[in-house]
Amino acid sequence: MTRTRWIRLAAALGGLVLVACLPLLAIYVPGVLPGPTYMPGTLQLLALCWLTAALALSYHLLFGVVGLMSFGHALYFAAGVYGLAIVLERTDLPLLGAAVVVLAGGVLLAYVLGAISLRVTGISFAMVTLAFAQAGNVLVRRNPGDLTGGEEGLALETQFVPDALVGVVNTRNLYWLALAVLVVVYLVVLWIERSRAGHVAAAVRENELRVRVVGGRPYAVKLLVFVLAAGLATVVGMAYLLLQSGAVPRASSSEFTLTLLVMVVLGGVGSRWGAIVGAVLYTILDQRLGELAGSEAVEALPAVLRVPLSEPMFLLGACFILVVMFVPGGLAGAAGRLTQAGAARRRAVAA
Amino acid sequence: MSTLVLLLVTGLGLGGLYFLVASGLSLIYGLMGVLNFAHGSFLTLGAFVGVGVARLVGTDTWAGLGLALVVGAATGAAAAALTELGLIRPLYERHIEQVLVTVGLSLATVALFEGIWGPDAQYLTGPPWLESTTTLAGARIPNVAFVTFVAGALVLAGIVLFLKHTRYGLIIRAGVENRAMVTALGIDVRRAFTLVFAVGGAAAGLGGVLASQYFGYVSPHLGGNLLIFAFIVTVIGGLGSLTGAAVASVVVAVLQQLTNYYLGYGDLVVVLLLAVVLLVRPSGLLGRKA
Repeated sequence: MTRTRWIRLAAALGGLVLVACLPLLAIYVPGVLPGPTYMPGTLQLLALCWLTAALALSYHLLFGVVGLMSFGHALYFAAGVYGLAIVLERTDLPLLGAAVVVLAGGVLLAYVLGAISLRVTGISFAMVTLAFAQAGNVLVRRNPGDLTGGEEGLALETQFVPDALVGVVNTRNLYWLALAVLVVVYLVVLWIERSRAGHVAAAVRENELRVRVVGGRPYAVKLLVFVLAAGLATVVGMAYLLLQSGAVPRASSSEFTLTLLVMVVLGGVGSRWGAIVGAVLYTILDQRLGELAGSEAVEALPAVLRVPLSEPMFLLGACFILVVMFVPGGLAGAAGRLTQAGAARRRAVAA
Repeated sequence: MSTLVLLLVTGLGLGGLYFLVASGLSLIYGLMGVLNFAHGSFLTLGAFVGVGVARLVGTDTWAGLGLALVVGAATGAAAAALTELGLIRPLYERHIEQVLVTVGLSLATVALFEGIWGPDAQYLTGPPWLESTTTLAGARIPNVAFVTFVAGALVLAGIVLFLKHTRYGLIIRAGVENRAMVTALGIDVRRAFTLVFAVGGAAAGLGGVLASQYFGYVSPHLGGNLLIFAFIVTVIGGLGSLTGAAVASVVVAVLQQLTNYYLGYGDLVVVLLLAVVLLVRPSGLLGRKA
């Protein structure tokens, strides 16, 4: 390993340790966080950030690595959320056993639906995944056999969940769980990207025909990555259920997938860190812009300004459009250009 | 028997609505390769503005409905043309980015509509004749179903005539076939892009006003709900094929009505149909081989 790589690794580990210690510290960033970092409310928001980042990473695997624009990724997330909620409520399995069952179910679902949707490519693929996710959303809302609780959703059945993961007092344990999920998902994504399958996947993104010409099998690789990404989303969904201690139909909606797309593009398509930063930024903005909407400064504005400013989704959507149009590569791309410009200037000074 | 007739005719009416949305999607995709996620927003905007203007006259009068249809279509066309000029054109030929921009626009506009008109459905009453029923083969069929079906058929006929018998129609058809060649012949295809967006937006705006009559309400999510089925219709019909979209609209809507009544879960059956069509004919019913 070169020296810069060691430095990077050390910086990443140091950052991770710092983030893991947040529940023990009292850091307060006014305007960004709702309170000091040891408070359950703040930890809840941060844990949500980590889980969203993990989910965005799994979407990055689809969209950034293999170039599949899926509009149905929320389905597998919802499979984790609702699957675990239902298994915990209806069976006597302990948490870990239930999680294994749900993960197997999510992977099987992804395998069947992925095998069908991957028969088409490009825009058709996007629409087909959207249709499947919509079907899942309809099922969840219709509440077949009283399984999903319809519009009201399901509350987490805590009988078989370890006490350390239940209740506001234990938010810090859930925080660590969320962080662990993010780290695991990151490592798995890294491992997939570095593996042979990952290289073939990247080649499929660039030129599928050429991969086929040299004897690769694009369909198999795409399906593999699709199933892996869906499996990761299922895992994140299960952690999400524990964190929010309930499942709501919004988790399965197509808008939810669209917000994932927004996060990944904001952060920069194809960049792991971009996906994470995009997701964290999005989650915090989504939460804090809602606060802004209720603030007195906005209330006092004339209707022309007040109405748009009081809709967080409008502001985020508008930001997203601006980034797509004017900042190709998203935040990661912009950061890359800045550092390159800086390096070029330093070289010019040295010369 | 009368139930079957009722289901078939209301299915045709719903099919008309689906086609009004799907026709624009299909035209835009056929010419430009852009999947327009913001199409539902054109529909919602057309519905809100159209119905809002009609309220000035009274939504239960024919004049009000006529005004709503005209204003709705014009609003949809204007919104679509502005979208094309402002957001789609600068991203020339970058299809993924173009789709992303329409995704952002749909998210932002739905939130904006919620802010302006409130998140809940606003109920309205149409002209008395539309609210009543006609007896056909023993079935009491809501008159609005006839109107939406006829509107869909008229729009189909209008678009086909426009494509077949006008100069711009010729340019659009040629552009769908081979855009590079049309450009090479010195014709500015970009004007056709704006036109196609405006025509699709007008159909969507019209569909929005009719949908508000069909369902009896307007809400910020009216367009999004219809858009999902319009997507399914365009894929089943074959992307870019107008006749395919028309056939698939009717098939999907009738199937949906029948299964909703006899089995429940009509929406799921539609998705199942989509899966079957993709397995058997990945390019859709009337789509060209990729």
